[in-house]
Amino acid sequence: MNPRQLRLGFWLAAAGAASALLLPLSDQAAPSLLARPPLLALAMAASVLLAGAAWRGGGLAVALGFAGALCGAAVPLALLRDPTIAGTAAAGFWVMVAAVWLAAALGVMQLAVHRPRTKAARRLLDLAIPLVFGAVVFYLWEVLVRGFGVPAVILPAPSAAAARFAASLPILAQDFVQTFVRGVLIGYVIGCGAGLVVAIIAQRYDFFGRGLLPLGNFFSALPLVGVAPIMVMWFGFDWPSKAAVVALVTFFPMLVNALAGLSASGHIERDLMRSYGADHRQTLTKLYLPAALPFIFNALKINATLALIGAIVAEFFGTPTQGIGFRISTEAGRMAIDMVWAEIALAALAGMAFYGLVALAERATTFWHPTYRT
Amino acid sequence: MPIGAVALPASAAATFRRHPLVLRYAPVVTIVLALLVIWYIAAILMNLTLVRDGFEREETPYTLSDLIQGTMSAERPLLPAPHQVIAAFTDSVFGYAPTAPRSLIYHSAVTLSATLLGFLLGAVFGIALALLIVHSRVLEKSLLPWIICSQMVPILALAPIFIVVLGAIGLQGLLPKSIISAYLCFFPITIGMVKGFSAPDPMQLDLMRTWSASPRQVLAKLRWPSALPYLFASLKVAISISLIGAIVAELPTGGEAGIGARLLAGSYYGQTIQIWSALLDAAILASGLIGLVGLTERLVGRRMGARP
Repeated sequence: MNPRQLRLGFWLAAAGAASALLLPLSDQAAPSLLARPPLLALAMAASVLLAGAAWRGGGLAVALGFAGALCGAAVPLALLRDPTIAGTAAAGFWVMVAAVWLAAALGVMQLAVHRPRTKAARRLLDLAIPLVFGAVVFYLWEVLVRGFGVPAVILPAPSAAAARFAASLPILAQDFVQTFVRGVLIGYVIGCGAGLVVAIIAQRYDFFGRGLLPLGNFFSALPLVGVAPIMVMWFGFDWPSKAAVVALVTFFPMLVNALAGLSASGHIERDLMRSYGADHRQTLTKLYLPAALPFIFNALKINATLALIGAIVAEFFGTPTQGIGFRISTEAGRMAIDMVWAEIALAALAGMAFYGLVALAERATTFWHPTYRT
Repeated sequence: MPIGAVALPASAAATFRRHPLVLRYAPVVTIVLALLVIWYIAAILMNLTLVRDGFEREETPYTLSDLIQGTMSAERPLLPAPHQVIAAFTDSVFGYAPTAPRSLIYHSAVTLSATLLGFLLGAVFGIALALLIVHSRVLEKSLLPWIICSQMVPILALAPIFIVVLGAIGLQGLLPKSIISAYLCFFPITIGMVKGFSAPDPMQLDLMRTWSASPRQVLAKLRWPSALPYLFASLKVAISISLIGAIVAELPTGGEAGIGARLLAGSYYGQTIQIWSALLDAAILASGLIGLVGLTERLVGRRMGARP
């Protein structure tokens, strides 16, 4: 994007923010921005800042633009408290939202093409861009849902889900322990551990390994979550059946990946171990397993998502009256969609934290691998 | 005369052992047989108490062989024996007209249509997303992290809401299930295709520049061909995930038809044999679909002049 387009964009955003002062805010009779002094000040500050960004251009424009977008973003949020505006918002309201979106989008685009010199700044920027992007998406979701008055049954505003999240922490904690700590973690450890052990045995005995590899490939492509009803029948409604499903689902990806990893070490290294007179155990711990670590972590990452899915699906087939999957299906049946979204946020946060931990462990243990040795 | 020329005829057993087919398939066959034996033993052990209780309730005298025969033919066993599963499977595939609600072919068709539609949507969406990401640095930086995060959301948990929401808009039946499938399977395709579209090395891209090729020509003549191996690798992963999505999406809807519905009904009424035959059906579908993608890969490869 060239500087002229950037400045033109900021001029547009400034014009939008300014015209919000004059256009009607709602289909119903609602006082305009001119009658609300604090909001008027904010909207004017936004349009001035955006106009400043357009006038200056260049690097400072991004900072001014973000400041303007921030000022402007507060206006629709404050306006939504007015019951005559929420649900029946009109041109003035939407022009402001569009101006905020345009300014933020221009800022993100400028940031994305910017290449800072130092490594720390680059890392900070890589973190900041998706965060700003996400913030804009959540903001638009909030404003659109409340501005158009979308019924909460179809899509609740993120603030409603967040309020419900904060209000029902005890229930969420209970569900988290039931599904995640008991079902997912225990099953994950059993499944991945068993997969690794079987892979080590299969690597030791070639005949066994050659038989197991195609079978493992075959099984890891099967819809194994389908065994959930059988596991519920065998292990009962409580967490052991969920852990069993998770263990089964995570076993095969680990087996296949670990087998590939254990045979990843080169001939030269193996010969070196031989010439050192290393026995199998020493070769395993000092050569095969370290060489297999990237593959093992790959499987651990794949399994992190599979495990959560497996546990939640198993809960569709019967649970004691707690657990993420149970709560989601009952609350969806009662049309309490904000609670459903709170549970989804819980599951997403748990999943991301889990994945993040695995990724951190990977960085700590495979720091020698070319992908991390920059 | 060199010694090698009068090599002693190897014994028949040794040649058999070194036959390439034997070398290749013997381990697999051995392990499959071992698994079958383990399955039979497990079936006997797990159903033993069930059958014994049955005999004792009727107060009929029984011998050990009666017991074992009972475990092999129980009506609602904890673990059905393989031959029971296969009998139930062939019965429900060939025993009824393909449109009857008891026929597995009917249920497979329902699930398969949702799978294929979802796979198609997911593939188109995934490839489009990859194209956008490859061509825009802004999207690569801002969108890609969120796509990865989106996979941490256990989307199957979303299935019930999807059904509720889409039902409120007036969409029912095939499409909600396909959307869940599509959401699940677009991710491997996007990731694979981003890798594939950026697979051409800088030299080749520079060559395209010296020919002053437009971005569209670069895409058609360089990026697409070099992305094809990645495409098929990710399609194979995606189609099995898509099947999982379709099956699971049938659970919370309380679906009347489809493999997921068979699983749910089987678990409600304790029809273990029905569950196992539905699982067998799903396994066959999955391997068939993957085989189909593999076949397409080989055909396309031959068309494009790849050497086997």
